[in-house]
Amino acid sequence: MTQSIKPAPVRKSVEVPATQARAFDVFTAGFGRWWPRSHTIGKGALANAIVEPRVGGRWYGVDDDGAETEWGDVLVWEPPARVVLAWRIGTDWQYHRDLHTEVEVTFTPVDATTTRVVLEHRLLENMGAAAEGARATFDSPTGWGAILQNFVDLIGRR
Amino acid sequence: MADRNLAFRALADPTRRELFERLGGGGKAVGELADELPVSRPAVSQHLKVLKEAGLVIDRAEGTRRVYRIDPAGLGAIRAWLDRFWDSALAAFKAELEGSAPPREPPARGSAREAKPSTARRRAAKPKSAT
Repeated sequence: MTQSIKPAPVRKSVEVPATQARAFDVFTAGFGRWWPRSHTIGKGALANAIVEPRVGGRWYGVDDDGAETEWGDVLVWEPPARVVLAWRIGTDWQYHRDLHTEVEVTFTPVDATTTRVVLEHRLLENMGAAAEGARATFDSPTGWGAILQNFVDLIGRR
Repeated sequence: MADRNLAFRALADPTRRELFERLGGGGKAVGELADELPVSRPAVSQHLKVLKEAGLVIDRAEGTRRVYRIDPAGLGAIRAWLDRFWDSALAAFKAELEGSAPPREPPARGSAREAKPSTARRRAAKPKSAT
């Protein structure tokens, strides 16, 4: 009865004015400097976001009151070329230790001062399985509602 | 395979987005939606059909009514949302490297490098207003 929907990965590519090493460094070590403050699942205002620089390292947000919220962890750590993060935030907007989706980011030099950054968020079908399990939360305004609000905020600028 | 952009295109229309958003609070019948919005019943039906084809909503007969709700198993919505989510995240990343990032409300406190051992209590993620 479960629909076998297998969504295509979300794939993004951007060229940045930086060397491969700097792009990797800013993306990972500098994660909290550029990550949009609106992109959080914490209770409070996001003050920082951190990717610990090693396989198994945590990926988490820090609210302005110091509370930490898990987002996922580091699956692959290959500076300065590649990092793979486990994104364990489900459609109910909560952290699930066992939810496995992957965000792979690769850094490829284009020329001396430009790097191509390709991001792929894949295994989204695993969110479907989690959504099935979390059906009870579906009518709750804090589940889908939060996602919808964020979605509307993002695309509502017209 | 379904057009991967179907969900996003379906939600590009303001009326459909409004309908979709209203269904976020729970299932509704066509008539209820038409009453809430300045849109005719046939138009609501047509919009819901597009949302359904995009895998965003499901419908079910309940007595004499047909009730629409967001499809919790359908991933069109979350995918469309993530698509935009990563667009804005990478745009912010690029802006940081260009040194043209808009001034940030509180500059990231401390270094964003390896987390220091912190006394902050850890907790599981919670929605903003869990009941």
